[in-house]
Amino acid sequence: MNIFETLGQYLQFPFVQYALIVGVLIALCSSLLGVTLVLKRYSFIGDGLSHVAFGAMAVAGIVGLTNDIVIVLPVTVLCAILLLRGGTKARIMGDAAVAMISVGALAVGYLLLNIFTPSSNLAGDVCTVLFGTTSILTLTQTEVWLCAAISVAVILLYIFFYNKIFAVTFDETFARATGVRTRAHNIAIAAIIAVIIVLAMELVGSLLISALVIFPALAAMRVFKNFRAVVICSAVLSVCCAVLGILASIVWSTPVGSTIVAADIVAFGAFFLVGLILGRRKKTA
Amino acid sequence: MQQLVCSGLSVGYEGKPVAPPIDFAVEKGDYVCIFGENGAGKSTLMKTLLHLQPPLAGKMYFEGMRGSEIGYLPQQTQTQRDFPASVREVVLSGCLNGCGWRPFYSRAQKQRAAEAMRMMRVDGLAARCYRELSGGQQQRVLLARAVCASHKMLLLDEPVAGLDVVATKEMYALIERLNAEQGITVLMVSHDVEAAVQYANKVLFVGKEIFFGSKQAFLQQGGAGRAFGGGHEHL
Repeated sequence: MNIFETLGQYLQFPFVQYALIVGVLIALCSSLLGVTLVLKRYSFIGDGLSHVAFGAMAVAGIVGLTNDIVIVLPVTVLCAILLLRGGTKARIMGDAAVAMISVGALAVGYLLLNIFTPSSNLAGDVCTVLFGTTSILTLTQTEVWLCAAISVAVILLYIFFYNKIFAVTFDETFARATGVRTRAHNIAIAAIIAVIIVLAMELVGSLLISALVIFPALAAMRVFKNFRAVVICSAVLSVCCAVLGILASIVWSTPVGSTIVAADIVAFGAFFLVGLILGRRKKTA
Repeated sequence: MQQLVCSGLSVGYEGKPVAPPIDFAVEKGDYVCIFGENGAGKSTLMKTLLHLQPPLAGKMYFEGMRGSEIGYLPQQTQTQRDFPASVREVVLSGCLNGCGWRPFYSRAQKQRAAEAMRMMRVDGLAARCYRELSGGQQQRVLLARAVCASHKMLLLDEPVAGLDVVATKEMYALIERLNAEQGITVLMVSHDVEAAVQYANKVLFVGKEIFFGSKQAFLQQGGAGRAFGGGHEHL
């Protein structure tokens, strides 16, 4: 019972409540779009964009902006649109472009920080940004409201465009031939994923964002065979893992981001096994 | 009643035409077969008709229907092996062009999808996963999706490629029923000249020379043999 008592105590602190609210919302958003990204073969976009966000953050820090989201968000959205613009011509370059932008932004960001940094604990600062060590536990009320508003907007948009997202993901050519404006939808998806990544940097840091995007989707795809079930399952799974991860990190004082990702990995392993068993049973039946 | 008219339509990529200008007119209820050697420009013509790429020159217009109201059956491609989608979800996605800004499918659209599935005899598979079906079943699902997208005109890109004899026969029978009973105009790109000519009433041959006319005229002029043998004579 000791663990539960400790948890009960911690849960009364507002900063823990904030962390849980933000964690759940971000996990929900990222897993929704994760399904589309995995199926469109853009699993790595999360990684790439988060490095871009890191670079932008470095620049914002040097310029001395207290509210760095003003720079980080537009830059990341712009890069996302450039990368995901779609069309056959862009796709030939797809993975190379992601790699280029991602590594480039990381290097330039770190370089700039080293040259211009006002802080004495540079390594610590960089580590915080990359792994999101504690920032989620230091959220202010304004940040929580901002995050909640953006998350709700993302979720509503996703529900509103759900059928179109399915069509564009499943068969883009058919969708375009029957008059769906696929280009506009691709740009919208890109913009939304960029927003989510900037939000998620608070939670798990820029190195681990991909995990939040792909693990729940991949796990759900092991077991479920239709799109809606996969989306719902990956959302539920992602939220559960985020809550468990945050609570575990508080109890055992581990880093929040990597604990959440560890929970996601365990869940993926479990779903993988269930998928295997179900598949075998179907074969023998 | 004319439904689709193309005059001097030149198709190609990056300003370079892949075939001579094409003239043809499709009437409502026609069953047009489109032949041509590989690389002769059939696929490019299809993409142009579907507005996936702009024509280089010439005119193309639809009457009594919007350009986006074509039901399209793509050439069988290796769909992503791990894509989770049920048959119902795939067929319903054909209704999307009737949605406009509405986010969800109406009851009428769901009924239409159910009807299309029944017609293509895949209603028993509605809850099954699309990727686990046989080739013939997958084609019938995609045909049902195409029917959802349009009651007026279907564009079929090699609908029987890769299917076995039984599935091929069934596919042709289903397409013929759509054409005869529902009065849906069918444009079909095919390699299977004999079978296709059996069902079509008009033929469009795309190659160094363009031929367009009734099936009878096509056969009288030497038909497929002549056409594929080079078609030096001006048809």
